[in-house]
This record gives sequence, C-alpha cells and structure tokens, in this order.
Amino acid sequence: MRDLALAVRSGGGFGLGLVFFLIVTVLVPFGVGPETARLAPIAPGILWVGALLACLLSLDRIFALDREDGALDLLATAPIPLEGLTLAKAAAHWLTTGLPISIAAAPLGVFLSLPWPGHLWLSLSLLVGTPALSLIGCFGAALTVGLRRGGLLLSVLVLPLYIPTLVFGADVARRGAEGLDAATPLALLGAVTLGCLAGLPFAAAAALRVSLR
Amino acid sequence: MTLVARELTVGRGGLPILARLSFTVEPGRALILRGPNGSGKTTLLRTLSGLQAPYEGEVEPGPEAVAYGGHRDGMKGQMTVAENLSFWAGLHGVRDIEPALRAFDLQRLEDRLAQHLSAGQGRRLGLARLLVTGRSIWCLDEPTVSLDAENTGRFADMVRGHLAGGGIAVIATHIDLGLDGDTLDVRPYKATLEALE
Amino acid sequence: MSIWSFANPTRFMAVTARLTPALGALAAVLLVIGLGWGFFFTPDDYRQGATVKIIYLHVPAALFAINAWFMMLVASLIWLIRRHHVSALAARAAAPVGITMTLIALVTGAVWGQPMWGTWWAWDPRLTSFLILCLFYVGYIALWEAIEDPDTAADLTSVLCLVGSVFAVLSRYAVNFWNQGLHQGASLSLDTEENVADVFYYPLLVCIGGFAALFVALVLLRTRTEIRVRRLHALRLRERMADA
Repeated sequence: MRDLALAVRSGGGFGLGLVFFLIVTVLVPFGVGPETARLAPIAPGILWVGALLACLLSLDRIFALDREDGALDLLATAPIPLEGLTLAKAAAHWLTTGLPISIAAAPLGVFLSLPWPGHLWLSLSLLVGTPALSLIGCFGAALTVGLRRGGLLLSVLVLPLYIPTLVFGADVARRGAEGLDAATPLALLGAVTLGCLAGLPFAAAAALRVSLR
Repeated sequence: MTLVARELTVGRGGLPILARLSFTVEPGRALILRGPNGSGKTTLLRTLSGLQAPYEGEVEPGPEAVAYGGHRDGMKGQMTVAENLSFWAGLHGVRDIEPALRAFDLQRLEDRLAQHLSAGQGRRLGLARLLVTGRSIWCLDEPTVSLDAENTGRFADMVRGHLAGGGIAVIATHIDLGLDGDTLDVRPYKATLEALE
Repeated sequence: MSIWSFANPTRFMAVTARLTPALGALAAVLLVIGLGWGFFFTPDDYRQGATVKIIYLHVPAALFAINAWFMMLVASLIWLIRRHHVSALAARAAAPVGITMTLIALVTGAVWGQPMWGTWWAWDPRLTSFLILCLFYVGYIALWEAIEDPDTAADLTSVLCLVGSVFAVLSRYAVNFWNQGLHQGASLSLDTEENVADVFYYPLLVCIGGFAALFVALVLLRTRTEIRVRRLHALRLRERMADA
C-alpha cells in the first residue's frame, strides 16, 4: 500500500493544490478589503472554503492518470481488493493535498488577521476534516472515471457532499478563533470523517468496478 | 494449468459482440486471435482477464491466474524502470525483480526514467511486468504495436520462453510471430441477432 | 400474483397506459378544487393577509420534493438488488419531477418570505436544506445525462443516490447545527401543520392529494417515455447488428 502512495505521489502535479490554496488566501483581502475588523471574522470560513477548493482541484487526477496510461486495468487485475486500492488512493491524495494544506493553514491565517488561538484550531479542524474530503473526492472520481470530460461533473457531484464537512470544520475553526468551546463540532467533524472512512471505500470500489467494465 | 472457455458470449455496453465461443489452450501453447478492428478481440481478452464479466458462459481458471497486457503499459514516466517493476512486483507479492530485468534485457536501463525509454524499450518493460506478476496465463492485446522487426523478433523469443516454462499466451495480433500454438479467427463467432434475446 | 410482476416492462406499459391519464385527470380535478377553494373561499389570515394562500402550492411542493428523492432511493435499491429495469428508469424519471417540486417550493417560499420577513431569502435551516436538496438533484441528473451506456448509468446513479441520501440527511443536521451556531433564536421556522387552522387545513389536504396524483402521473408518464426510449435504443442496436 505504501508503494501505491509513492506511485501516486510521483505522478506529479499534486503540490499545485497547496499553491492554489496559498494564492486564494492571498487574493481574498484584495476582494474584501484589508481591514482587520472585516477579515478576522470571515478568516476561518475563507480558509476552509479555500482548502476545499484546493482539494477539489486534484481530484480528477486520482484515477484519470491511471486510466490514461492503462495502469488502472492492471491494478484492477492485481491481487488487491479495489476497496483497498481506493483507500490507498484517498490516503495518497490526502498526504499530498490535505496534510500540507492543514499545516500551511496556520501561518496563512496571519494574512487574514485570524485571532491567535484560532490558528491551532484551524489546523486541527483541517487535519481532522480533510481526510473526509479526500475520501468523498475519491468516490466522486470513481463515479466519473469512465467519462471523457468528467472533471466538471466531478465538481458538481462532490461539492454538495462536502457540505457537512465544511459546516462542522469551519465551525470548529470559528469557535476556536472566538475563544468558544469547539469540542462539539470537532467531535461531529471526527464522526463525519470516520463514517466516510468506514463506508465510502466500498461505494467507491463498487463505482470503480462498474466504470471499468 | 489449462485455459478453457465454454460457450462464452462477450460484449460491451449491453451489446454482445462475440457469441458462443469455446476453446482450450494447453500449457506451453499460444492462442493467436485474429480478426479486423472492432471484431471483439480486445473485449474477449478483457473478459478472460476478469476486467468485465462474460454475458454468458464461463472461463477457467479465474482471473487470478491471468496477467493482462493492454494497449498501454501502465508505467509511470516519472519513475525509473526498476521502481516501476518493483511497484508491480510488490503488488503481486514478488520480491525479486532481477529475473524479470534479465529476461527482457533491461539491466542497463534499470535507473533510466520510464519516460526516456524508446518505444521498444518501453514495450519490453511492459512485458517484464508480466513476469513479475508470477501468473502463467498472459492475455496480450496487440503487443507488437510500435515495435520494429528486430524487437518483434525479440518479443516472440520472450513469449516462446514463457511457453517453454509451461505458460500460456493469448495474443491478439496481425503479424505472424511463429509461436507454437493455434490461431483463432473470431469473425465466425460474431454475435447475431439471436444472441440479443 | 407478486408485486414484482409489474417490473416486467410490457406489463408495466399495459397497466400504466390507462392509469396515467386517469391519475392526470384526478390531479387536475383535485388541484382545481383545492386551489380554487384555498384561493377564493378561505378568509385572509389576520396577520399574513392574502399571502398566506401561497401555502397551497408551497407545502405540497415541498412535501413531494422530499418524497421524490425518497422514491428514487427505494427505486435505486430495487435496481441494485433485483435488477429490474423499470425500477432504474422510474428513479431516473422521478428526478426531474423532484427538482421541479424543489424549485416550486423554493420560489413560492421566496415569494411568501418577501412580504412576511422582508427578504426573498434567509439562511433558515429549512430553506437551506432545500437548496442543498436541489444541488443533489442536479448532480444526480447530470450523472445520468453524462453516461452513455444505460446499465452503467443506472448502476452509478444508484450508488450516487445511496451515498447522496446519507449525505443529504447529514447535511440537514449539519445545517441545523450551523444556523443555531450563527444566529441564535432568529428562527424563521414556519411549521404550518402545527399552527394552521381548520379553515386552511382542508383545502390544503385536497391540494396535497392533487399534488400526489400529479406526482405519480408525471413519474409514470416519464417512466413510460424512458421505456420507449430504451426500446428504441434496443431497436437501433438490432439494426446496427443486422447491417454489420
């Protein structure tokens, strides 16, 4: 499984998600104005939406690259279950997108005048929440892998599924920044991620099986 | 291990393409599939490999004994030859890639990135992957595309070596490889209206 | 006779050939009575005035917006488990009806909300949930349209419907949570069933009945169309095979 993560990572282009995240964050003050009073309250939400879009950006590569060079057929005939394959793909996607974004989010919060303890809460919420984004995205990618122009459709399918994660995740960060108790949304966010982890690999593998045939 | 197909009907998108196909391939023999483009050779090979389910009939043994080689090799250009092979070897629980490298004369290219290989070298790498799967039945779809006469000859030698070791090869190809085996023209098995019922 | 015998397309077509127009007629009668009664023969609400009468469109539409998704979920499950083509096609047929109901509910809600709350749109949990439901419908329909092979499309959309249902419920709870968190107590909840008086209630029931008949009639009609499209598709395949 680790080889798989490695293989995907050397597939290249995944680091762009982080750069995208950075640029979006930097662009926001140009749109809404540089005042701290205006930036600080919306910072957690902006950073979460930015992270979500950055995740979305690299989703269509999850299976499409392997589909193009024929590796997906070979992986499907290899003696590993497709559930394991999708899990490994999601893990690889998270390692290359979710994890760096979670780490980068804390320093980026400074740009958006995020009040102090909020940085930690923001990183923590992203750390807990982004695996769910990768898993959901993996499912969406499995649904659309057989399509020639699946990229846009993938976003249409995946974004509504991101809503619960976004709601809970942004709420953790917001409450953390305002110094409120963030334990409840954090627990709910964790529950969403665990639920995705338990169920979605099966759904994604089922979709992949249909798409391949 | 003998490859047996009984009354096999295969197709794509709900439409049967080949119907009531039966054949037996003994160990050490090859089966060459012939037929014009779109006649169902690829679909048949994918069905034998378990990538899609047959509409009717059955194949023995199951897909866990079959190594599939499609039009594309599935090799990552950003990884070296050895890394690519090790990855597939690891997936199939094979540790040593040396024999595969040696068999396809890839030792000198071991540390070359796959994207810098010539077409013939790339094809050899793709075929070396078949060895590290440790599977005895090879299903190959147009394996000599992009190979010149010399490399085609080498490819034929490699398949001969596999057959000599008791392996089986089912190959869709237009050229005569001089292999020890039978030729199956798929045209007579073209699915007719009755197969749709 | 088992209920599954209706899963046979030929039988389904035969039965629905007469059932569909009958249901359509029933829907027309009920809606004319219900809406006429509601619009012209009920008093204006003492607080809301005549705007309250939009309830006769809003509530039934909202009800069947949700029911349509539920029907799609059941039909998808039946397709995945028993592989009845009629079931897959019925799920496909229900989606556009469902999204239309959702849009009616949203638009009438906005028209109602404008004079009442002074705004076309508020991020009330209910409104937001319907907006999300609308997005789910869009994704589902888009996936159906994008895939050429009908069985593949049916399989993938069914899986999407299953996963989507879980996430739709999850979103509903998330939205409740989120709204409470944002502005406490500023609830614009309009739980009509609980507080509407009898004089509004009976015409509302008639309207709901009318929408029910309309919904079933539309879904049957669309399913019949889908079956015909599939038959045409099969005929074309045969032709192609005969030519080749």
